[in-house]
Amino acid sequence: MSKHFFGDTTVLLGRSLRHITRSPDTIITTAIMPIAMMLMFVYVFGGAIRTGSASYVNYMLPGILLITVASGIAYTAYRLFMDMKGGIFERFQSMPTARSSVLWAHVLTSLVANLISLGVVMLVALLMGFRSGAGVLAWLSVTGILILFTLALTWIAVIPGLSAKTMEGASAFSYPLIFLPFLSSAFVPTATMPGPVRAFAENQPTTSIVNAIRALFTGQPVGTDIWVALAWCVGILVVAYVLAMRTYRRKIS
Amino acid sequence: MTTQQTPAIQVHGLEKSYKELRVLRGVNFEVARGSVFALLGSNGAGKTTAVKILSTLLKADVGTARVNGFDVATQAANVRESISLTGQFAAVDEILSGRENLVLVARLRHLKDPGKIADDLLERFSLTDAGGRKTATYSGGMRRRLDIAMSLIGDPPVIFLDEPTTGLDPQARIEVWQAVRELADRGTTVLLTTQYLDEAEQLADRIAILHEGRIIVNGTLAELKQLLPPAKVEYVEKQPTLEDVFLTLVGTKA
Ligand SMILES: Nc1ncnc2c1ncn2[C@@H]1O[C@H](COP(=O)(O)OP(=O)(O)OP(=O)(O)O)[C@@H](O)[C@H]1O
Ligand SMILES: [Mg+2]
Repeated sequence: MSKHFFGDTTVLLGRSLRHITRSPDTIITTAIMPIAMMLMFVYVFGGAIRTGSASYVNYMLPGILLITVASGIAYTAYRLFMDMKGGIFERFQSMPTARSSVLWAHVLTSLVANLISLGVVMLVALLMGFRSGAGVLAWLSVTGILILFTLALTWIAVIPGLSAKTMEGASAFSYPLIFLPFLSSAFVPTATMPGPVRAFAENQPTTSIVNAIRALFTGQPVGTDIWVALAWCVGILVVAYVLAMRTYRRKIS
Repeated sequence: MTTQQTPAIQVHGLEKSYKELRVLRGVNFEVARGSVFALLGSNGAGKTTAVKILSTLLKADVGTARVNGFDVATQAANVRESISLTGQFAAVDEILSGRENLVLVARLRHLKDPGKIADDLLERFSLTDAGGRKTATYSGGMRRRLDIAMSLIGDPPVIFLDEPTTGLDPQARIEVWQAVRELADRGTTVLLTTQYLDEAEQLADRIAILHEGRIIVNGTLAELKQLLPPAKVEYVEKQPTLEDVFLTLVGTKA
């Protein structure tokens, strides 16, 4: 690792954070869709959904948070794609700068941007009546899981960001990720789903993550869900990281 | 160690293919320290490919290249300390201002006092008034000037300019030429690629023509002109222009 890695990453992080503060609309658009879904589910469908939980906002917030991240990382891919296309990526790579800093700066920017969006969504949820008796440790655990989940999805986003040919191509990968929580325990209990759908829902990553966060929010025992959730996050993170680095090395040859 | 005698750029037997397409098929040339070297070639001749290999962005399939005495394949970090690249398409950050772009590059080159470096360059490239504006609002010429200014930060001994004046109006072109001449006067080695033959005539100490994957000629302007009979049978004796030389050698003139 280059001796300038941390300094260079900080400089480049400052650069992309400036991009975000100059177009805060990326934060707003990231937050607006999950907020709209939340309003719709709570005030339109919510009454018809039996979850066994007292408040539907409490029930569905974990899933909404995952959707927020899934839509937020489309911008990570977009920002990376713009750097590739504009040639600034090559300029940085031809300078005596730590080469991987360029990538890490985007990853950290993604983390910051998503945490801000998550904060905005949480705030709206609070206004809509979300309440949690979670203690400090539970909140820290939720934050930790969300950070891991964001990093895992961010490294997935790096792959199309580096290799896409068009802007649409760079962000289209996020649609299935946004959709995944719908086929999970995020909005309705999986027990209500027909056989094969239920089997899929119960064994895909977002269900365990949603269950773990929900249990932490409500002060229930998290059981094995949290370990399954962590295993999924770390597993996806490692695989995506390896594939992203491979794509990256191919790009800089 | 590098001495003043070793050429700033040494290229031997460079080959590069993209799948089936053999772009470079054994390219050889050297560039003396402090000189301006022009690489001429038609569209798709492989100029950008050669520049990317020399600036460590691309790996050659076969052959070696040294820049400032360092091997581009095995001493890439040293090469990057020695060079600066102005790519074919202006690579500036659109969302940052001109000044912020310069400060960013100065920071990434780990230089002291990035603010002063930025202000000096803005002044030198007549961009002081526009320095605070987002570069997305710049004209093509302003953007190119900023792009070149960014490349001068840190005074690297070798500078690559890939088609530095394509798309510029005559005035902006002359400004870029002026900047290249100033670089040469300071002893910087410049390798530029161009499709404008008059640009090569104006700026270069040596000119090489890249055609079908090889350097087909390499010499001073005077040497290149001698390749053709000096006088045509005309009422007025006329020296062949570099354009005549180029088109004859490349063999595309009707
Ligand atoms: N990444 C790539 N993959 C496949 N082919 C490529 C790639 N990059 C360049 N080429 C091809 O290699 C050839 C040489 O390209 P290069 O960009 O080096 O030419 P050039 O001399 O710079 O041309 P121009 O004057 O148009 O800039 C072209 O035919 C181009 O299509
Ligand atoms: Mg080119």
